[in-house]
Amino acid sequence: MMKEESVVTMQTALEQGLTEKEFETACEILGRTPNFTELGVFALMWSEHCSYKSSRLHLKKFPTTGERVLQGPGENAGVIDIGHGLAAVFKVESHNHPSFIEPYQGAATGVGGILRDVFTMGARPAASMDSLRFGEASHPKTANLVKGVVAGIGGYGNCFGCPTVGGEVFFHPSYNGNILVNAFNLGICRKDKIFLAKASGVGNKVIYVGSRTGRDGIHGAGLLASKSFGEGSEEMRPTVQVGDPFQEKKLLEACLEAMEAGLVVGIQDMGAAGLSSSSLEMAGRAGTGIVMHLDRIPTREEGMTPYELMLSESQERMLIVAEAEKVEAIRKVFEKWDLNAVEVGEVTADGRLKLYMNGRLVGDMPAAPLSDKAPVYDRPRQRPDYLDDLVELDLSAIPLPKDYNETLSALLGSPNLCSKHWVWNQYDSTIGSDTVFEPGHDAALMQVKGTPVGIAISSDCNSRYCYHNPRLGGAIAVAESARNVACCGAKPVAFTNCLNFGNPEKPEIMWQFSEAIDGMVEAAKILDTPVVSGNVSFYNESGDVSIYPTPTVVMIGLIEDIGKAVPMFFQKPGDRIILLGETLEELGATEYLSFIHKTEKGTPPMLDIKKEKALQILLQKLSDKELIESAHDISDGGLAVALCEALFNEDLNLGAGINLKSDIRLDALLFGETQSRVIISANPQKMSKILSLSEENGVSAFEIGEVTDRPSLSIKINGLKVIAADLKLLHNKWEKAFLHIVREF
Amino acid sequence: MKARVYVSYKDTVLDPQGKTVRNALRSLGYDDVVDVRQGKYFQIELKDMSREQAEKILREMADKILSNPVIEKFEIEI
Amino acid sequence: MKFGIVVFPGSNCDRDTYSAVERHGGSAVYLWHKNTDLQNSDCIILPGGFAYGDYLRTGAIARFSPIMNSVVRFAGAGGNVLGICNGFQVLLEAGLLPGAMLVNKSLKFLGQDVFIKTERNDTPFTSKFEIGDILRVPVAHFEGNYYAPEDVLDELERDGRVIFRYCTKGGDINDDGNPNGAMRNIAGICNKNRNVLGMMPHPERASDNVINKTDGSRIWLSLLKSLKGAA
Repeated sequence: MMKEESVVTMQTALEQGLTEKEFETACEILGRTPNFTELGVFALMWSEHCSYKSSRLHLKKFPTTGERVLQGPGENAGVIDIGHGLAAVFKVESHNHPSFIEPYQGAATGVGGILRDVFTMGARPAASMDSLRFGEASHPKTANLVKGVVAGIGGYGNCFGCPTVGGEVFFHPSYNGNILVNAFNLGICRKDKIFLAKASGVGNKVIYVGSRTGRDGIHGAGLLASKSFGEGSEEMRPTVQVGDPFQEKKLLEACLEAMEAGLVVGIQDMGAAGLSSSSLEMAGRAGTGIVMHLDRIPTREEGMTPYELMLSESQERMLIVAEAEKVEAIRKVFEKWDLNAVEVGEVTADGRLKLYMNGRLVGDMPAAPLSDKAPVYDRPRQRPDYLDDLVELDLSAIPLPKDYNETLSALLGSPNLCSKHWVWNQYDSTIGSDTVFEPGHDAALMQVKGTPVGIAISSDCNSRYCYHNPRLGGAIAVAESARNVACCGAKPVAFTNCLNFGNPEKPEIMWQFSEAIDGMVEAAKILDTPVVSGNVSFYNESGDVSIYPTPTVVMIGLIEDIGKAVPMFFQKPGDRIILLGETLEELGATEYLSFIHKTEKGTPPMLDIKKEKALQILLQKLSDKELIESAHDISDGGLAVALCEALFNEDLNLGAGINLKSDIRLDALLFGETQSRVIISANPQKMSKILSLSEENGVSAFEIGEVTDRPSLSIKINGLKVIAADLKLLHNKWEKAFLHIVREF
Repeated sequence: MKARVYVSYKDTVLDPQGKTVRNALRSLGYDDVVDVRQGKYFQIELKDMSREQAEKILREMADKILSNPVIEKFEIEI
Repeated sequence: MKFGIVVFPGSNCDRDTYSAVERHGGSAVYLWHKNTDLQNSDCIILPGGFAYGDYLRTGAIARFSPIMNSVVRFAGAGGNVLGICNGFQVLLEAGLLPGAMLVNKSLKFLGQDVFIKTERNDTPFTSKFEIGDILRVPVAHFEGNYYAPEDVLDELERDGRVIFRYCTKGGDINDDGNPNGAMRNIAGICNKNRNVLGMMPHPERASDNVINKTDGSRIWLSLLKSLKGAA
């Protein structure tokens, strides 16, 4: 392997992942050539995954402030004020490349990493979600990837003890060579007890806590997550870390205990880039320096070099800064939980990270410049040529279905629209006894014990829309996640995002990135939902094939009185069904077009963000005034699919009779994905109030039918019956489809 | 001295994991596989002692904690 | 009425259990596994979770914790002990209840609501139940497949020590209503003296009307009633 004491040359730097220019800058900062350990640290900190060098310029466009924002991007997670003296801490992060190589551990450690990002700020994790994207269902690798990833998420999250309450599962050929695992977590803490990752207080001690350090994950961030897949991904197996949720649970309790006892000044978890990033970032943020004695680090392998110690991505470790008098107390807390707690260093005033190994100085770098002078690239962007042809859609060439019942059935049994119960049932979604709306709902809803507040969470992104029109797709990701949250009556407040894209060195990909962000920014500003945290994952490509641009948005909403939360299922026979929002003749980039007609063309449905905002405000009012029984948004699969979803309750005892008038194509009416539409249901006596409130708020509202007392769905358009479906049969198809994907039938 | 303790389900207990492995092997073309039982394997390093002493200790450990006598049986190899 | 909730490293349902007990009028304390003092608790609860990460076997290491010596003595003297999920697994390993848990029939973790039927209300844990009561409660386990040799199962049945059985929503006890393959659909059993109960479902997650699940409340109310009567 690599020789520690070898002379560092340009060649060495290139092997470590730096560019020529970056190496030169590193030499400038140090005033000399870095030694091998220092080079390793530079290369790691300046990798795409850790430095965001290709994305920083664009990320600056996001709105990041608001009246509820207590902490925006820049810390381990974002924080918003949820009232009653409490705060919600949350973030979403990717663990894409490791999950493709070793699905169970890749997904598991992704969950572990995001949990630490939340509890390092003093918040007990309360809700997890995972947005998953796999290759096409029929691809030979898909079944095992799905099984491994789901088992890994469950294996870690269930043992740790945080409920997994939702997420997404999406299949598409663009992910054949690169799956996406975006792990989200939200925790709650006292507003005045938020812990930051700052190495403050010269003379304070630096304490390493948690598991022993081994050789796992070395080059995980630097080379695995910052490069595309080529040949030989099996050799990369050692670069996937192995997680231990039991250790992490103990780490959580010990950290919270130490924080509660007032022993902690600053704290950061060791995630991607391990000890390097935690020490440098903590010092950088505080404007201080750190002296660290690497020989004191608890190890589980023999003979680890300074390079390996600084780059290791062993899991379940944290770095704590504490006053000297408090160190012993901290040690006792961690000893109670059978965890290592070793004083490894001290905070200094010189702004430098000085590394010692058995008394010998083995590394000496200025902390702040490593972040301040980190490369920032304004990579070239270019609109791809294929787009013009891609967005062309000649509807006259798309035949209408011969039998709409068959089409509806086929769609419900398709990989992207079918039931995901196979996935949810492997997660513990009720631990914490706070889950009100469980997985399968538009948004998850969590109670905050001791308050009347409810927190709604939804994860969304339609990557097909983003591929066909990144700006529109980005805006829709924000709008749709906010809409899902608004459906239950919550007010969307802020979001976190995980931007998954291909190779940023390709101008078309950089264009997608920039455009998607522009769209998201526009929607975020109008909806008044700032971004408080997030993550960028580039290089999701294999060979020449890149994933579809996938800017995953996880939106958080608040409902002041959880008792007024609105479920997504129809509730009882006799309730009237209303369609909020108008339907346009839009079939471009729809699931229907792709699955039924095997065509991926056209421009995505348009979005009028102001109309969307009016709709969301109306939904909050409807819930607050307790006027409606249910609300479910219309998205992939369109109106017909949404009606079925609202009827697929546990008992399958309800149906619907729908009457529509239309002057657009019938398939566009039934399966089109026009934005800003929601189906609500209500007591007949409340109808006039609902319709007038809708008008007041500038939202179109049409009564389209009634909930019936037997499980059948009847849809008439212009008097003609187009759907007459037995819901039990449809439900059976919808429920069982996933088993075919995982080959369990 | 080194010892091995093998723990597996008693014959009367259904072993679905073993069954799954058996089915997987057969589906890969290994038709000659009749049955598979899955178990645990502990590699234990003891301070030097007589074989008799070792067996006694191992048996005790296996019985008390390494296996659950309700559903598992064990074998010791020194 | 004091409830002592044992906390092993890796227990993760202790807080839910604490809040469920307090919400129903009991007072709860946490009992750290390394201590032996039960702090004058009237009832001991072994909560759910992954004590010791479920390493070796679920519950296998936890049963040797110092606190368990006190719990075993307490149970022997007639004290009430409730083991939920992982807690049930610890009771089995400790020999306070007969049988063992195998991996779920599906070989996968199972996290969902199930229905269980009440067979007996002559225990302190079910004194406020009616025989035949069907409860909807969440399960969350990988090893909930209850096993015991046939003669032990027969003895349990004979002595009326099967307290809860998995059933369908309509109350049928059959394969459809059995989520994990547990023998004879057994979801909860008690000891000969009827003072120790183990159950796999989580009543502490169904004791709060804010989350629209309240079937588990009856257990706390039963215990409070029984303990009051005994005092």
